[in-house]
Amino acid sequence: MGFLREAGDYVLIMIETFRRPDKGKVFRRQLFIDFQALGVDSIGIVVFISLFIGGIIAMQMAYNIDNPLVPLYLVGYTTKQMMVLEISPTIMSLILAGKVGSSIASEIGTMRVTEQIDALKVMGINPANYLILPKITAAMLFFPLLIVFSISVGLAGGLLAVFITGSVTTTDFIDGLQAWWQPFDIFYSLIKSVVFAFIIASISGFKGYTVKGGSVEVGRASTKAVVASSILIIIFDLILTQMLLT
Amino acid sequence: MIEVINISKSFGGEKILKDISTTFDKGKTNLIIGQSGSGKTVLMKCCIGLFDVDEGKVDFDGRCFSGLKEKKKKETRKEMGVLFQGGALFDSYTVEENVMFPLNMFTKMSFEEKLERVNDVLNHVKLPNANLKFPAELSGGMVKRVAIARAIAMNPKYLFCDEPNSGLDPKTAEVIDELISELTEKFQMTTVINTHDMNSVLQIGQKIAFINKGELWWEGDNKEILVTDNKELNDFVFSTELTRRIKQRL
Repeated sequence: MGFLREAGDYVLIMIETFRRPDKGKVFRRQLFIDFQALGVDSIGIVVFISLFIGGIIAMQMAYNIDNPLVPLYLVGYTTKQMMVLEISPTIMSLILAGKVGSSIASEIGTMRVTEQIDALKVMGINPANYLILPKITAAMLFFPLLIVFSISVGLAGGLLAVFITGSVTTTDFIDGLQAWWQPFDIFYSLIKSVVFAFIIASISGFKGYTVKGGSVEVGRASTKAVVASSILIIIFDLILTQMLLT
Repeated sequence: MIEVINISKSFGGEKILKDISTTFDKGKTNLIIGQSGSGKTVLMKCCIGLFDVDEGKVDFDGRCFSGLKEKKKKETRKEMGVLFQGGALFDSYTVEENVMFPLNMFTKMSFEEKLERVNDVLNHVKLPNANLKFPAELSGGMVKRVAIARAIAMNPKYLFCDEPNSGLDPKTAEVIDELISELTEKFQMTTVINTHDMNSVLQIGQKIAFINKGELWWEGDNKEILVTDNKELNDFVFSTELTRRIKQRL
């Protein structure tokens, strides 16, 4: 029953969220603030993790391929496929759920317990629309860029790793990156990133918006936002893979 | 004038407000007093529409507010200013941006006009040079004054203040009381203040409603409250030895 009530509350708040903003100019300003907070400020962690994961995948592939009949360009090919299909869209989204999701939930939750949301409401402003919509929009527009960035950096990380370790020649690795190139894979990856961005921003916004109590509850809401977003990301990863790749 | 007509409100089966009727007069500081848990905050939140009433209604100058749908409440809300207990200033905005916020949302004024209005209201609350400060850099009294400035930025007809003196020293509390009283008279607002500060009650209580256990127990002004024989009210107002001695001397 508790889950159903929460799901119902989520739908009601999303209906409030997806209304026309009270003032376009204010919405755009808020959107750019959220581009910075949710997107630009996440570039560092995305670059760091993608670079290392790309390198680690390439090294592990090279280590596992010791059969002379298996062509070495498969190291590059496998690294590319893993980065494009799963690591960048899904693992990066899980990491962003931790970073961005907790930030959204705690920001909005703190506004709730300090009566800032009530202040918005009594001014005649739709608080859900004013606070959550720009975050969802910013996440859905910026996360695909982060994912493309993650793929590029991950592949560069793989190239760097094989160059440094010498396990595979850079020519073989680059051949692998170019082998069986399918633009649909990128499309699939971007679709996933947009869906995951919606999940992260909307669930975290909802958890923050519905906080009751004080600072302890804000912390709990933040944790719940990350956990719920992560679970939904994994479930929707399976659903989208089934829908788009089979 | 705001009319509260037979309102009741329950939470989880417990009746918090029981059939309360009162009026808050224009151009006066109307005080709601009562012990913690008596229902005065719930009453105020019912008035400003943060809680829906179970029974009864709240009229603003004859216009029914409590029964309206959220969209229609918006118009009346633009005529309200609310000062929350903690100020409820937006942390990431400067004082200027906080006060300018309702003007940005609801007016088509140019930036220069809005800035002029912001400086005007900041002068009214005696904070002329605080424009670029953030809420975290302000003292408790300054936060309350900025919150008042934001509440009156749109020239509201109705001003609601929830515990405006909580957490303030007696001197600063007096300054806030005087400020609210002065602004009420100057702009002829209907001001409703939720408090349990006896200094405020005696100083600015032009109309006082005493709420006890969710019921309206007594109504009067700051002169009548000193001579009332209402036991519950006397127990509340003269609850300390010092205030009892003062009453004996009156």
